[in-house]
Amino acid sequence: MSTAAPTLEVEDLKIIGIPSMAAIVEELSLEVRPGEILGVVGESGSGKTTLGLALLNYCKEGTRLGGGKVSVAGQQLAGLNWRQVRQLRGRTVAYIPQSPASALNPALRISTQLKECLSGPAAQVLERVRQVLREVALPDDDAFLARYPHQLSGGQQQRVAIAMAFTARPALIVMDEPTTGLDVSTQAHVLATVRSMCRTYDCAAVYISHDMAVVAELADRIAVMYSGRIVEMGGTAEVLSNSRHPYTRRLLLAVPDLLAKRPMIGIPGHAPSPLARPQGCAFAPRCPLADAGCGTVAPAATEVGPRHTVRCFKSEQPLPPLQLRNPSISSAPAAGRKPVIKIEGLTAGYGSKTVLEGINLQAYAGECLALLGESGSGKTTLSRCIAGLHHNYTGDISLDNSTLAPSSFKRTKDQRRRVQYIFQNPYESLNPRRTVEELILQPVTAVRGKVSNAREIVATALERASLRPDHARRYPDQLSGGERQRVAIARSLATEPEVLICDEITSALDVSVQSTLVDLLRGLQAEMGLTLVFITHNIALVRNIAQQVAVLERGRIVEFGEVERVFADPQHHYTQSLLTATPNFQLPDRLSTP
Amino acid sequence: MRRLLFRRTLFGLFTLWVVSLVVFLATQALPGDAAQAILGREATPERLAALREQLNLGGSLPEQYFGWLGQLLSFNLGTSLAGGTPVVSAVGPMLLNSSILMLCAAVIAIPLAIGIGTWTALRKDSAVDHVTGIITLVLASLPEFVVGVLLVLLLATGVFHLFPAVFVLVPGEQVWSNPAQLVLPVLTLVLAVSPYIIRIMRATMLEVLESQYVQQARLKGLPERTVVLRHALPNAIGPVAQVIALQLAWLIGGVVIVEFLFRFPGVGFQLIDAVTNRDLPVVQALVIVIAIFYVAVNLLADVVTLAANPKVRTAS
Ligand SMILES: Nc1ncnc2c1ncn2[C@@H]1O[C@H](COP(=O)(O)OP(=O)(O)O)[C@@H](O)[C@H]1O
Ligand code: SF4
Ligand SMILES: [Mg+2]
Repeated sequence: MSTAAPTLEVEDLKIIGIPSMAAIVEELSLEVRPGEILGVVGESGSGKTTLGLALLNYCKEGTRLGGGKVSVAGQQLAGLNWRQVRQLRGRTVAYIPQSPASALNPALRISTQLKECLSGPAAQVLERVRQVLREVALPDDDAFLARYPHQLSGGQQQRVAIAMAFTARPALIVMDEPTTGLDVSTQAHVLATVRSMCRTYDCAAVYISHDMAVVAELADRIAVMYSGRIVEMGGTAEVLSNSRHPYTRRLLLAVPDLLAKRPMIGIPGHAPSPLARPQGCAFAPRCPLADAGCGTVAPAATEVGPRHTVRCFKSEQPLPPLQLRNPSISSAPAAGRKPVIKIEGLTAGYGSKTVLEGINLQAYAGECLALLGESGSGKTTLSRCIAGLHHNYTGDISLDNSTLAPSSFKRTKDQRRRVQYIFQNPYESLNPRRTVEELILQPVTAVRGKVSNAREIVATALERASLRPDHARRYPDQLSGGERQRVAIARSLATEPEVLICDEITSALDVSVQSTLVDLLRGLQAEMGLTLVFITHNIALVRNIAQQVAVLERGRIVEFGEVERVFADPQHHYTQSLLTATPNFQLPDRLSTP
Repeated sequence: MRRLLFRRTLFGLFTLWVVSLVVFLATQALPGDAAQAILGREATPERLAALREQLNLGGSLPEQYFGWLGQLLSFNLGTSLAGGTPVVSAVGPMLLNSSILMLCAAVIAIPLAIGIGTWTALRKDSAVDHVTGIITLVLASLPEFVVGVLLVLLLATGVFHLFPAVFVLVPGEQVWSNPAQLVLPVLTLVLAVSPYIIRIMRATMLEVLESQYVQQARLKGLPERTVVLRHALPNAIGPVAQVIALQLAWLIGGVVIVEFLFRFPGVGFQLIDAVTNRDLPVVQALVIVIAIFYVAVNLLADVVTLAANPKVRTAS
């Protein structure tokens, strides 16, 4: 870390939304020195993307600069005309977007997209392009250059995006969630590439992410954003081991522990939107330390250590002990357990393509079976076979020793009642034109016909999913992502099922929300004796919720057994590689005993 | 890609075959006697017999059909009942004239509409955008003969006297010998097809401009011209090509009306003439020609759409 003049300096930046004039980002100051990586973490909607784009003097549609100063490599962005801004973009500041699949132009060859970042003689430009491609460990031959984005894998696309950003040797690079949606092994490669590229070019970087574990591995400094402000900022080690803001601490506790030594604890409630920000400290409604004073004036940023600032009146106070709903999960299998779901010799595919082969599995009553695998490994297909949503399979799936028909239409009503399915994306799985009450009653009337005690069923389901009774009258778009997923859970619980299939139900949600959902599911498992089939690509989650795990690689189960045993001593090299690629985020001692 | 095109072409040929069947059934195999229908009640038996001979009305239905199809495929379209000239030489020049009319309209309308559509998308919600939106909506809702009549009133007979209101073809000259005469018919067609293309181009372009890759192109510091021409346009052209094809195919219907309105010597005018005169061979030939045009334009649109999509282009 150098002590040279900062590459990026932001002072009191404010960005407002039009026409609401609400501040999306406010009172934001930071600096990044050459060769330094600043990690910006926060929940979705906290203003991370808005901030990132502002560093390139770019305002998304519907937003406007409301004041403050940004200077990059000594240039004040506000003082530049549009021609100079264009010169600055790509050359002095480069941007790596969240989803490379949508940020690379589908109609242009990657050579075109890489070359256009540079000007100069064609041969020189081409030579430089080949050089960066080699640096991000991609082929540099003509055949590769002639490819279109759709001819690359997700990881390759993201590396092309990284190459694109580094081509013109910028002084500052802004990365907005560049690994979200990538598999862990791909993510590990991409992070290593980012790190080495920043070092090679002595380039300052702003790395935006909602994933504390990733930021902790990569960044030199961390800025925690909440509702448009930086609530805590300091050196990585300092922020992790000596975090002062209650939000930072809760955020750290929400990260699932790869070893499952401590429970994951979500943050109840959700972040306010810029339009409905409370007066005073924005975190007050969720803060365990809040008192009357916090609700009147917003705390200013105060220095609590070298280059370590916090916005909290009570940064000296420790967090009160947390109330844990389910302090521990019994990881030891109970004696005399019996399988509820049994899968034997299952082979499934789409058309002539086989995606699952020779699957043998059991899920035991009252336990959680995790299906772990990277995207495309066949997890969802397997769960859809169990739920009767995918019929094109051979082999045998049985529920309590009676074989299930492949199509859910051919299953008995009781069989359908007993197995319920929750989809990955709560933004798509709930019909926006139905109220929560109607949504919850749908599966009930489907298996039981008209019911007399509808109100009661809805009330119980809502309560089980930790929703308020008044949620019943709302429509899905009046709910946050976490609340929507709870509605999906409530809907599946309404039929009193025995088996609940959860397909990546937390992957579209923030870490803090993910933790509360996992906590909820574990509670339900204990109270109702539910059997869970939990599909995920996240090892840490598996360790925190499941008793059994099946690791899937390209349609085959490479390892199956008790979670403890599988991860303590992984036999298959694929499981081993997954374990090494996952960031192992360990909490500092001071925080680890809530 | 090649296989896909091959399949589309086969499908096009199949469509043409179906059209030939329909044309045949609708004109020759009608219940009753086609010759009688053409010549009317007062026809003499000799003339009826001669016409039946000429129209291949002897033999069973399949025999009649295949005889007719064979003639069609060898470009032997028979002789016009009205003029007594061979159908090919009667239809040929008219076809050329109409093609010129449509070509002029297309060559002006397509780039113009794509340009205006892109431009209004880039100036979304500005005054130009709103005004264009209203004008295109009004034009799209007016039937083309109303547009034609209004143009005539405005530019030929009423306010200004810039262009002739009807087309007069001096014998021995070509339709393009006097370009001023072409202006109004072409303008009518341009105004008839452009609004749809403008509106769909604007909508598609807006979607593309909001995409991540256009934002990324801007963040790379590319000049706005490059962003629009290189990054946005190629992605918008594919979906729009389909609409353009539909409009062109529709153009031939508009041509019939426009030619009638301006008394332009083309297939549309001739078709109306032939129908009134019950000139069966000419009607058959014209309908088939129009069908071929439909199929060809749609095939062309498929080619453009496929070529604009690298996923299809690169698939082996
Ligand atoms: N035009 C706008 N008017 C009002 N609020 C907006 C506007 N655009 C975005 N927002 C809000 O600004 C907040 C920050 O958005 P964003 O920067 O995308 O956050 P992040 O990247 O952290 O998820 C969100 O709550 C979003 O709803
Ligand atoms: S200022 Fe008050 S409400 Fe805000 S974080 Fe600190 S203690 Fe909590
Ligand atoms: Mg974002």
